[in-house]
Amino acid sequence: MTAADLNNPTPSEMLGLDVRNARLAWGDAVLLDNFSFAAAAGSWTCLLGESGVGKSTLLRTIAGLIEPVGSTEIRAHDGTELHARVAYMAQQDLLLPWLSAIENVALGARLRGERADRDRALDILARAGVAERANALPSELSGGERQRVALARTLMEQRPIVLMDEPFSALDAITRTRLQDLAVELLATRTVLMVTHDPFEALRLADTIFVLTDDTTPTDAPIVPPGPTPRDPTDPALRDSHRSIMQRLTHGTARATGGRA
Amino acid sequence: MTYLRPLIVFVGILAAWQAIVSVLAIAPFILPSPLAVIDVAIERADTIAGHALVTLSEILLGLLFGTLLGTVSALIMAYFRSARAWVLPVLVVSQAVPVFALAPVLVLWFGYGIAPKVAMATLIIYFPVTAAFYDGLRRTEPGWIDLARTMGASKAAILRQIRIPAALPAFASGLRVAAAVAPIGAVVGEWVGSSAGLGYYMLLMNGRVQTDAMFAALLVLALLAVTIYFIIDAALRRLVSWQADMDPASLT
Repeated sequence: MTAADLNNPTPSEMLGLDVRNARLAWGDAVLLDNFSFAAAAGSWTCLLGESGVGKSTLLRTIAGLIEPVGSTEIRAHDGTELHARVAYMAQQDLLLPWLSAIENVALGARLRGERADRDRALDILARAGVAERANALPSELSGGERQRVALARTLMEQRPIVLMDEPFSALDAITRTRLQDLAVELLATRTVLMVTHDPFEALRLADTIFVLTDDTTPTDAPIVPPGPTPRDPTDPALRDSHRSIMQRLTHGTARATGGRA
Repeated sequence: MTYLRPLIVFVGILAAWQAIVSVLAIAPFILPSPLAVIDVAIERADTIAGHALVTLSEILLGLLFGTLLGTVSALIMAYFRSARAWVLPVLVVSQAVPVFALAPVLVLWFGYGIAPKVAMATLIIYFPVTAAFYDGLRRTEPGWIDLARTMGASKAAILRQIRIPAALPAFASGLRVAAAVAPIGAVVGEWVGSSAGLGYYMLLMNGRVQTDAMFAALLVLALLAVTIYFIIDAALRRLVSWQADMDPASLT
């Protein structure tokens, strides 16, 4: 381990991903059909939609936790399988209660039977702002600290693609804003694909937003908010975009409800 | 203080016992006073200690084999989906047939020595350990397993690093129950047929109407059982020290 590696604990490659003709079905109900999108290398992409549109299931499929259905094709931009190229972060911190913070950060090595790189784990914990809590058990940490450790664990896995399933929604508003800023900083060189139901969060963090509605084949062009992330929550332009997205999401629901009635 | 409390309760029971005997003037061959019992216990300390050692070995060996067998069964059921259907009936039958009914058969097969008592204790312990541990292994937080899979963990690594540690609190509950019921297996075995052990000694003294000696053996048996329970409980607390103690009904 050289000093350069310590200062730059990120994968050497940047890698985007393509999802083509995605199909998701829950029993007979088709949630998504023929949905295609791409996440550019090194960018932050959001899948935005209310609960039940299948966005978490889609993310789990990309993570390799669920077998792809039917015509669904998931590829890294270099044409290879995504397997072993993604790190996964969920809404719950998923810290193991019997391991200390630093052992949780190095969980991947432990699970693969490799020697854990303690120096690098400590360095990443420092970057996440919780170095002094390295030996604490998860039960001794606050909700914000726990999610910081979970973020550090995600970084520790040197994977070019990071999949996040509503990683900040269990936090209070202030802690959430801090964690969002930290995530943007620490994940700058990774390709991030985040699922969220919060339009405001998507507008703060994402380079590209795909809105999922009750429409099983979303065809609308993705939203590309202007300016660098994390965006200022008080920016009027952000407020305007927020309003238009909310209209789109609630309109979609109204239409679907009317159709079923 | 926490370890003093059981002692206070114990002394309290002895005092109440003495009071009942004194006030109601009960005949000593029905209920001897605790002082008489302690006298006999000291007088025959060597004899009782010899029998206690036999019973203690039976209980400890039963705990060892029952726990090993239960742990292995639970692991097999948790790891091999197809094995579940085979092990589960064995588990249920082991509990459905009363151990008391099996005692004569076990004595017939294994003789009057220590073996049938160990078998009885093993049988009685097997179910709580297996059921509790298997239940714990089944209820692993699914998010932990998802996370481990994205990290490239093998099925065996997930079992060893996540599912087993996560199931330890449940395993501990099962083992506590086992520690409490293990003496039942040993003593019932001794009643059915034996030439040594506290259960045998109690029957012998009962036949000779030496009620005080019988109670002395009972007292030693109770102390033995309680000591085993507390030692196992303390060991289990260390094992799952990361788990917040949220059990207000805890004995200590």
